[in-house]
Amino acid sequence: MSTGDGIELEHVNVWFGEGKERVDAVIDAGFTIPLGKSFGLVGESGSGKSTILRAITGLAPSWSGMISVLGNILGRERDKEFYRTVQMVFQDPYASLHPRQTVDHVLSEALSLHGFKDVNDRIIQILDDVGLNQSFRFRWPHQLSGGQRQRVAIARALIIEPTILLLDEPTSALDVSVQAEILNLLTRLRAERKLTYLMVSHDLAVVGHMCSKIAVMNGGEIIEILTVEDLRALKASQPYTRQLLDASVQEC
Amino acid sequence: MTNLLEVKNLTVKFPTRDTVFEAVRGLSFSLGRERLGIVGESGSGKSITGRAILRLIRKPGIVEADRIALEGKNLLTLSEKEMREVRGHRISMIMQDPKFSLNPVMKIGDQICEAYRLHTRASRSEARKKTLAMLEAVLIRDPERVFKSYPHEMSGGMGQRIMIAMMLIPDPKILIADEPTSALDVTVQKEVLEIMDKLVRERGMGLIFISHDLNVVSAFCDRVLIMYSGRIVETCRADQLHNATHPYTVGLLNSMPRLEHPVDYLEVLKRDDSWDTMPSVGGTLETEIIT
Repeated sequence: MSTGDGIELEHVNVWFGEGKERVDAVIDAGFTIPLGKSFGLVGESGSGKSTILRAITGLAPSWSGMISVLGNILGRERDKEFYRTVQMVFQDPYASLHPRQTVDHVLSEALSLHGFKDVNDRIIQILDDVGLNQSFRFRWPHQLSGGQRQRVAIARALIIEPTILLLDEPTSALDVSVQAEILNLLTRLRAERKLTYLMVSHDLAVVGHMCSKIAVMNGGEIIEILTVEDLRALKASQPYTRQLLDASVQEC
Repeated sequence: MTNLLEVKNLTVKFPTRDTVFEAVRGLSFSLGRERLGIVGESGSGKSITGRAILRLIRKPGIVEADRIALEGKNLLTLSEKEMREVRGHRISMIMQDPKFSLNPVMKIGDQICEAYRLHTRASRSEARKKTLAMLEAVLIRDPERVFKSYPHEMSGGMGQRIMIAMMLIPDPKILIADEPTSALDVTVQKEVLEIMDKLVRERGMGLIFISHDLNVVSAFCDRVLIMYSGRIVETCRADQLHNATHPYTVGLLNSMPRLEHPVDYLEVLKRDDSWDTMPSVGGTLETEIIT
């Protein structure tokens, strides 16, 4: 059953540990992202924003509630088909690429896992799409700059043609000049491939630039969901959101 | 006006297999009792500059300068032993990530006491008293508990406050802060900056604030040096940063997303080869007054 929704969360709780040790990382989170839209999650570290992404991709060990992707309600396990539709780009491009695998290896492994045949053509195509020269194909991660690595990570996620991309602070490890290039790349790819983005960031300006709707998280709870227009007009109803806005909108 | 620190024609080189890489190329600036910001992208040589001042560049790195003078005393001619006296006691440095700069197997209180006792002839109990007072000065609510804790029990913001306490306890004249808040959340960042600002002001210290974040630097510093590939391309008053004229600075400013000015695509910095070869702008107070 398809409802036209990309991702839907209802009453999602995520916790770590049991009994006395139990820490509730996400408490009763709920939001809907229509297909083709981009949605942002902001908050401080420890507020649970990355944990939501991990719960969606099946990397969080214990969660309850309802998560659906493209109308399919997710169970405990994620199958291959799920990873065909949902891919993730991680925060630190220095940590997310295997240091002993070339760019070509990383990309072709993703393809062969999902049974693609025309490996060569697709790699050439995707390198082009993310703005990397073909000479990067047989390089090692240590021969790439931070921005180039993040392009490879994006290429790795997009090469199997997913419809939903989960972005966990994709530019926070990069310089502003490189950040602009990567954000532009993400904007362009979203327009070209009609992708749905769920983006996590601590930077309100970045989320405000990329997303049309933004959820503000604090202490594991979503305290407010507002449109980017409201955010720009500084129309936040929660004091915490206002505090975040104050800290982000500095004179310069 | 006396300068706390004077750097003249600083060059830092790293020999590679077939060439010599120049990380810093002929940098000159001076520091008074002020907050001086150094901004630039990664790889522009800003951290190397901070390390070169403390003579922390190890072989095979080569540091050359006409002069690096702390209150008139040339640091380049000091012996390694004399240099240890300078580090911490006269100039101290805060690094980016408290996780990597605190000793993980030593209690926080002991680490701060050690920093204090290394540079003064204080007794154990005196050092303890001073440490607790210092922890209080960086707005740590329960200094007694923190004193007895290990670094892994602290959050990033707490860790950075502890670093500030540790670096300021020997009462240095100059503090070099290398991206002190980059690993912290925006809200915590503000708190830590305010604490640092207050202490630096109260003690009449000079601060070199190294950061890639133009917003933070313009809000927090008095004067800014903008570095590009080992040189200073522009220097201005921090509150005038948005009026900067060098195409590199303008490009950096424009490449930041702004909440108030939504755009479909961000402006991308277009690099010009001529920026590489332009001579370094002097960053001394005197050149500042002329402009």
